[in-house]
Parts: sequence; structure tokens; C-alpha cells
Amino acid sequence: MSNKQDPSLVVPTATGPAQAGPVFGSASGSAKAGPARGPVRRDGGIRLAEWIGVAPFLIFAVMFLLVPTLFLISSAFVDKAGHFTFQNLIDLGTERVVSAFSISIRVSAASALLGAAIGLAIALAVIRGRLPSFVRDSVMTFSGVASNFAGLPLAFAFIATVGRLGMLTIVLKLVGIDIYKMGFNILSFWGLTLTYLYFQIPLMVLIIAPAIDGLKKEWQEAAATLGASRWQFWLYVGFPVLWPNLLGTLSLLFANAFGAIATAYALTGSSLNIVPILLYAQIRGDVLQNPGLGAALALGMIVITGIANIIAIAVRTRAERWLK
Amino acid sequence: MKASRFWPWLVFALGALYFLAPLIATFIFSLRMRRDTLTFDAYISVFSDARFQATFGYSLMVGVFTIILGLLIVVPAAYFVRLRLPWLRPIMDFVTLLPLIIPPIVLVFGHIRLYNSSSWLPLTNSTLGTDLLLTCGYVVLALPYMYRAVDTGLRTIDVQTLTEAANILGAGPIRIMANVIFPNIIVAVISGAFLTFAIVIGEFTMASLLNRPAFGVYMQNVGANRAFEPSALAIISFIITWGAMGMIQLLARFAPKTAPRI
Repeated sequence: MSNKQDPSLVVPTATGPAQAGPVFGSASGSAKAGPARGPVRRDGGIRLAEWIGVAPFLIFAVMFLLVPTLFLISSAFVDKAGHFTFQNLIDLGTERVVSAFSISIRVSAASALLGAAIGLAIALAVIRGRLPSFVRDSVMTFSGVASNFAGLPLAFAFIATVGRLGMLTIVLKLVGIDIYKMGFNILSFWGLTLTYLYFQIPLMVLIIAPAIDGLKKEWQEAAATLGASRWQFWLYVGFPVLWPNLLGTLSLLFANAFGAIATAYALTGSSLNIVPILLYAQIRGDVLQNPGLGAALALGMIVITGIANIIAIAVRTRAERWLK
Repeated sequence: MKASRFWPWLVFALGALYFLAPLIATFIFSLRMRRDTLTFDAYISVFSDARFQATFGYSLMVGVFTIILGLLIVVPAAYFVRLRLPWLRPIMDFVTLLPLIIPPIVLVFGHIRLYNSSSWLPLTNSTLGTDLLLTCGYVVLALPYMYRAVDTGLRTIDVQTLTEAANILGAGPIRIMANVIFPNIIVAVISGAFLTFAIVIGEFTMASLLNRPAFGVYMQNVGANRAFEPSALAIISFIITWGAMGMIQLLARFAPKTAPRI
């Protein structure tokens, strides 16, 4: 259920687990089937059909994806009177905006790092830990669901669990542990991070599983033959091969959390000042009293998620050389 | 290399704890609407709420139109790119990647700015126009998943040969697509449709900023005003998500096993 909209990145597609891989990098994977075989009749009718077939997609993408984004970016450089200006970008330096970016970046980074680490541990445990195969199957299935379970329902679930009157909070209080007295709060940095992990960890499991499958058994056998211990294998072979993939997934998880709004909005209302919520309030009621500043805020978001994704793609392209 | 299975089991158990605890807690919480007893009152309250029925119906409709519109633009494009226009592939990959880079809230902000009542194409002037804008926004959100689902489906069949054979038998491009290609990738298409449905049904940001009475907006409203209904909604949503993903997994078993000859 995703308003999270972004977390739903990876899904098992109809052709089975082999293709259930990451959204990125499919470019190099699918390009192989490219060149047309054999003589193909190329008369004008077919050529026209090609363009009529592709045109709706391209027109749609220009109208609802490219132009709106470019329009927004350009209006970040226009003042109220319609003149070119850098003032909107300079105004991003105000305390409120800076603190929003700071909290957003910290929550995204924390949930990405923890999500990646825990997701990797779980994926390794169920794939390489020689657990029964039904364990692996159910973990992968559950991950597909949980990575798509975000947005408002996720916030509701966590409020019902570890909110002030949540079931777990009450049960722990009965055995003498008062998590709220210990400083925990669902409406806080750690509360939000804990909630985001619910879709970050499964996403990591889904993306990293094919990479772990790509670690060939022969490598471990070869290392063992040469006298390497288990730790040495992971230190010198396993992790170096997985590393680019880990880094790529990390930036993906970061961007994923950075753009998410519904979970945070339902969880904290507007009490936690993160960038998407600030932008939401700006669109609803111009809280920053400057439409241009709203556009600059949007530009800032695109730049940050853009950088994260570019790192992800660049690193993944490198990683794929090893996982053929 | 003998290693104990203790650590893998421990990691698995801790993970299971983290992931199952909120579900169990939320479920029990949702049963406690009536004091001192467990009942399904919260669910009855949700299902009998006229706004639930109206907003869920609305989101269902928008979801169906999103899937139809998405397929109408994605299937022909993916087919012709694979068949005749491979040089367009990098552009397609880039375009379908963009919705993952541009946050939805930025996207809808751009839509509102570009298609507001004083613009060249004032879509937000009428209810129908706004619904159309919301549908288009959802198609953009679903684009990465739908395009890849369809493209993966096309990869598993021999598009060239099928097209040539149909062509020789006298079929035109539309007929080839509708009667030859589409039935062959139907499993991939339905998977994409279920995923799109899972994305759209509880979407909040876009619907809320366009002021449409969608299920996500209703859930937010209930979340802000009620105590037990939100947890019932969370469980209902989880079951819907599970259903959609389960259907995709089930469909995977019926996927055609033929592969293109290389």
C-alpha cells in the first residue's frame, strides 16, 4: 500500500525470482536482446506505426514528467515580480529550512544505514546460513509485501504498537519497562527511523538477495582449498564483491526515505520538521510566504535524491561486471 | 567448513520479531474498541462508514483508469522499442527512472503549478480535469514498475518471430499487438497492474494536494480523529497489499517458459 510511493521499488515480477532484481541496472541486462535478427521488411506503413506506437508514451512523459519538473526548477530562479534571481536559493539558508534538511538527511541516512546492515544480515542468514528453504521463501515473500507496506497504514501500525497507548508500550510497562520514561518517543527522530526500517530492511533483502546468490560456491571452495577461513573468505572475497552493490543499495534506500512523506505526516502531524512535510505545508498554504522558495525547496529535494540515485546507478554498473 | 546454524537462526528470529510484533500488536489493538472484550467493532465501524465506501470506490476507479492509461502508453512503446527502435532504449530507461528520483510531492507540485486554473491547460478547473490530472500523476508513479514488468514480459517471448509470422499472415500492427503480443505478455501485464493497484489504492500526497476524495485522504482523516479505526485500516491495508503481492507471485507460475532464440 504505498503512498510511500518510492519504497515499492522492487517487486517480484511475473517471470520469477531471477528477474525480481533491482529496478536499476536492468538497462545493461536487457540491452543484450537488442539487435534485430534477420531481414525485416521495412515499408513506410510499419515505420509510421512505430512512431504512432511510441508517441503517446513520449508525449505523456514530456507533459507530466519532464515539463512540470523543469518548470518547477526554473521557477526556483524567479522572484515574485518575475525577474531572474538567486535569492530563493539563498533563502534556503534560513534556520527553518536548514533544520528541515538536516533532520531529513539524518533520518534518511540512519534508516538507510541500519536498513542496509540489518537487511544484509537477514539476507545472508537465510541464503547462506543453510536454513531450510521454506524460511528463505517466506522471508522473500514477506519482504515483497513489507517493502510495499508503507505510507499511512504503516504509521497507524506503529502508533498502535509503540505509541503512547500502543500494545507493546503497555505490555512492557506491565513488566516494568516504561519506554517513554526511558526517552523513547514515536514522534521523534528514532521513532521515525524505527518506523522507516519496516520498509527499508525488506527492500534491502530484495535487492541484495540476487547479489548474494551471485557469489559463486566455487569461490568459497577455492578459498577453502587455499586454506582460507570463513572470515578470510568474507573479508577478502565476499564483501569486496558485494561492496559496490551495498553502496548502490544504500543510496537507493536513502533516496527512498528522503522523499517519503505520508508515514511521517501521519506519525507526527507537522510536529517533526522534515523537508517533504515543509514542502507539503508550503503547497497547501504558502507557509514560507514565497512561492519561489517553495520551488527552491523542491529543487533541493531533487538535487539530493538525484545525487543519491546517480551514485546508486554508477556503483551498480560497476558491480554488475562481477555478477554475470 | 562447518559452522553452527545458531547465528542464522538468531538473526532470522530477531527479524521475525521486529516484523511480526507490529502486525500482531496492531491486530490486537484493533479488536479492543469495546472495553474489556475483543470484538471486530472497529472493522464494522470502518466498513459501515459511508465515506469508507465512497473513498475506496473512488480510489478503485482511479486505480483502474491508471492501469488502463498506463498500459495504453507503455505496451506499444515497449513493444516497438524492443522490435525496431533499440536506440530509444536508453531514453526509455532514463524516463522510467525519473519517477524514482523526483519525489512524488515535487511531481504533484509541478503539476499544480503547470495545470492550475490560470494556466494554458487549466485541468484543475473542473472535477473531471482534476481526476484526469490525478490519474496522470499515478501513471507517472507507476511508470517504472509497469514499464519494467511489460519489458520483462517482452524479453521472455520471441517478439521478432511472432511479429514476422503475424505480418506474413496479413495482420496489421494494431492487430499484432492486440491479438499476438498482448496475450503472450498478459501475465507480466497483470503483475504490473496489481503492483500499480498496490501503489495507487492508499496514495495520500497527490490526492490530498489535489483535494480529491481518495482512500488515502480518508485514512489520514480517520488517523487524526479516531483511536481504534486506524489500526483496523492498517490491517485491512496490509491484507490488500498481501493480496496484490500474492497474486503477482501466483501469476509467476503461469508465466510463459519460452525464451527468444539468440
